[in-house]
Amino acid sequence: MYKIVKAKELTTNIYLMDVEAPRVAKYCEPGQFVIVRMDEEGERIPLTICDYDREKETVTIVFQTVGAGTKMMAELKEGDSFHDFVGPLGCPSELVNETPEALKAKKILFVAGGVGAAPVYPQVKWLHEHGVAADVIVGSKTKDLLILEKEMESVAGNLYVTTDDGSYGRSGMVTQVIKDLVAEGKQYDLCVAIGPMIMMKFVCLLTKELNIPTIVSLNPIMVDGTGMCGACRVTVGSEVKFACVDGPEFDGHKVNFDEAMRRQQMYKTDEGKAILKLEEGDTHHGGCGHCE
Amino acid sequence: MDVLKKVPVREQDPKERATNFEEVCLGYNLQEAMCEASRCITCKNAQCVKGCPVSIDIPGFIAKVKEGNIQEAYQIISQSSALPAVCGRVCPQESQCEGKCIRGFKGEAVSIGKLERFVADWARENGISPKGAEVKKGKKVAVIGSGPAGLTCAGDLAKMGYDVTIFEALHEPGGVLVYGIPEFRLPKKAVVAKEIENVKSLGVTIETNVVVGKSITIDQLIEEEGFDAVFVGSGAGLPKFMGIPGENSNGVFSANEYLTRSNLMKSFDPRSNTPIMHGKKVAVVGGGNVAMDAARTALRLGAEVHIVYRRSEEELPARVEEVHHAKEEGIIFDLLTNPTEILADEKGWVTGLKCVKMELGEPDASGRRRPVVIPDSEFVMELDTVIMSLGTSPNPLISSTTEGLEVNKWKCIVADEATGMTSKEGVYAGGDAVTGAATVILAMGAGKAAAKGIDEYLSNK
Repeated sequence: MYKIVKAKELTTNIYLMDVEAPRVAKYCEPGQFVIVRMDEEGERIPLTICDYDREKETVTIVFQTVGAGTKMMAELKEGDSFHDFVGPLGCPSELVNETPEALKAKKILFVAGGVGAAPVYPQVKWLHEHGVAADVIVGSKTKDLLILEKEMESVAGNLYVTTDDGSYGRSGMVTQVIKDLVAEGKQYDLCVAIGPMIMMKFVCLLTKELNIPTIVSLNPIMVDGTGMCGACRVTVGSEVKFACVDGPEFDGHKVNFDEAMRRQQMYKTDEGKAILKLEEGDTHHGGCGHCE
Repeated sequence: MDVLKKVPVREQDPKERATNFEEVCLGYNLQEAMCEASRCITCKNAQCVKGCPVSIDIPGFIAKVKEGNIQEAYQIISQSSALPAVCGRVCPQESQCEGKCIRGFKGEAVSIGKLERFVADWARENGISPKGAEVKKGKKVAVIGSGPAGLTCAGDLAKMGYDVTIFEALHEPGGVLVYGIPEFRLPKKAVVAKEIENVKSLGVTIETNVVVGKSITIDQLIEEEGFDAVFVGSGAGLPKFMGIPGENSNGVFSANEYLTRSNLMKSFDPRSNTPIMHGKKVAVVGGGNVAMDAARTALRLGAEVHIVYRRSEEELPARVEEVHHAKEEGIIFDLLTNPTEILADEKGWVTGLKCVKMELGEPDASGRRRPVVIPDSEFVMELDTVIMSLGTSPNPLISSTTEGLEVNKWKCIVADEATGMTSKEGVYAGGDAVTGAATVILAMGAGKAAAKGIDEYLSNK
């Protein structure tokens, strides 16, 4: 069992938890992820690692409630435990393999959308600890949904916050901020964009135009997370890759986002059904028009 | 009683079982088992034992069944096999022990598999466990993977007195026994979990959720955690795809994914939170045991199911019993048929499978006649789900993170057949990680050989 030592609701439907997981905390690196299971019957839920503490042997996860599984997970409190917590999975971010000199010579821009701020944070923090100040754009739909602003501020070079509805920070999409920054004369050698698939797609379309190499982190449907099932296959250039073992980070200019977004819909209706069942319990007998 | 014929085993009616996940074969009762056992002529130079990869004393245990002394029969089997209830259900007996049975020359072979299953089930129901080691050796062995190879190796080493820890990547031990083979062939709670309990009762520790190669490396296990030797039984878990157009469409799955959802995550049960696609018409591409398992699972989830296989029935690699059961249940076999493209609608959902018809030409390297495309034979099968069951290869997570561990061009670990020894000192390997996808019993045989190899190595160290 993996004990939750801290549990906090960051904002509506987004939760942060510190979990005791000595094996994961010992060797995990920015860019990697874990798979958790709430209880003996639970589904396997992949989550990005937001932070880790090697001494306290804890790993921080941040998740948004999207399906029945994450909804139940949100109910967990400090002192409760996860039944399973496996990792670190996937490849570490390529940045951690570069020399500090090479990194310092690079101007890096991070673009985080929504809950994507969680996986961006450990990378920016890692760079900060290695003496590299990266620029970070954090976008959210509205002010109330913004997460990890303070944390990000303490490790980023420049932090640019934007909200779609203009309720906080700049106004508009993250792509608009990229355009503005470049127009202001900023130059970037590398962009790392993590967020909803549609955001990453449009960031990549833009950075391709601007000639900025871009890395994205994908979160497709997966089961085992070790290369066994192939559910997470994604087309990158002319090759089919498994996001769980070959990724989750890929060259964003080569990812087939349309296919990836389509594949994410695979169980949408089944997930919807599971939520309905969860909310309505025994009173759920169909006939509502939302299910069979 | 006709001494030339097997005592028939009771099975669930095909029509009924096609709609449920309960076990197909119901097994012998004591009377039936004793009756079947009496057909064994207790050969002095028993050929059946030579056909068994773990060399069970088959005439020995059958003699005890004849007497009705099932407890003694169990102890004889468990000297050689850690998983008799599993083997009795999934071994390809017709090409192993039963294939060599002298009775088989002039009639039907003795039903060794069903007798083994009966003995193991009887022992479980009567709370009898295998006997553990009396003297500890004070040496630690790490076993990677809790499938058939790992469980066997761990069980044998524990019986010799070693401290054994199994590291399992998934949340549940059992490997292919829990994620691959369906409930209706091998019940998980009643059979697999109990056999694993037996291995644990020998003193073996199992740590789940450890992905060796990610959570920790083999070198770290040796240097930081003090293991004196390591056995790699990580299997062949990497699915193959055909590489044809449309393969990433929604509704195309590897058999591994489909079966893992159903078997490990229990998504066949509506109470499970893990979804599975309930196709209306499903094609399973491939002709092995895994293809039969995927097909029969889809059938039970309500689909019309077609096996699409490019050679003819004779070449089907699946066990005869599996093909027979699949046919009985209503699986349709489209043989000498090869897919060339998966068709999808504008939203990317599968609508059909484009295929060509094949005919058999000259034998190829595998000795099987090579299928050749018949010109102008292209046609489309309309369907909504395609399951690719084309075999699997070893996962490179371990080999790519272990310096000095030699692999061949198929990424299989190179290991000595007799001892399991690899190119790296103290590291042994066996099962599908070495051979590529094969059978439960061959993996068990390799686990057994490696346990002996490790014991020799550590005894001389």
